[in-house]
Amino acid sequence: MIDPKNPARRWHDMGGDTAGPIPEMETPNENHDFSLWEKRVDALMIIGAAKGYFTVDGLRRVLEDMGEDAFEKMTYYERWIASINQNLIEGGAYTTADLAEKMAEITARGETYGDASSPT
Amino acid sequence: MTQAVRVKSMMPPGHVRTPIYLRGKIGVIERSLGEFPNPEDLAYGLPATAKPLHRVRFTMDEVWGADAENPCDTLDAEIYAHWLEPADAT
Repeated sequence: MIDPKNPARRWHDMGGDTAGPIPEMETPNENHDFSLWEKRVDALMIIGAAKGYFTVDGLRRVLEDMGEDAFEKMTYYERWIASINQNLIEGGAYTTADLAEKMAEITARGETYGDASSPT
Repeated sequence: MTQAVRVKSMMPPGHVRTPIYLRGKIGVIERSLGEFPNPEDLAYGLPATAKPLHRVRFTMDEVWGADAENPCDTLDAEIYAHWLEPADAT
């Protein structure tokens, strides 16, 4: 929600807002692991930063520009991949046309993760 | 010697790291931390000049006024020099 007093205020800058009660979280499961795609997102972040395509500041900038809905509806790594993608395009790693072509190619491989992971 | 500073009240759209609730508030420089590349440039992939970073100490009374539960408690925030001005500046 845009702060009517300060329309330039971004969603991440929420210090001082009324937060309401702290939600009770589920007990963390010690067997919890990240899924493969989440680990790949993490790796992509490390590689992209090491190659100089973006900094952690660039990642934060895109995350913070996403708006409240993104934080309510997307998971942590969904927000990350959106930000990494935006930064890689801005950094010149690939173009939106390259991405569109690759996405179409992978979509054509099949519905399941296993199908889509193996090159045809 | 402690230097009293006011956080500038400027409100630019874009990526800034100075919390809105501290803008316009007065604190003292608790220590200076050295110079670091300006994250407001890094965030846009621009060449970043090194800017002095200070740890500034505020009282809860200064930050929250009458809403402060413990007015004498303090809060430290690390703020870049270009966001600070002398507290007596008009």
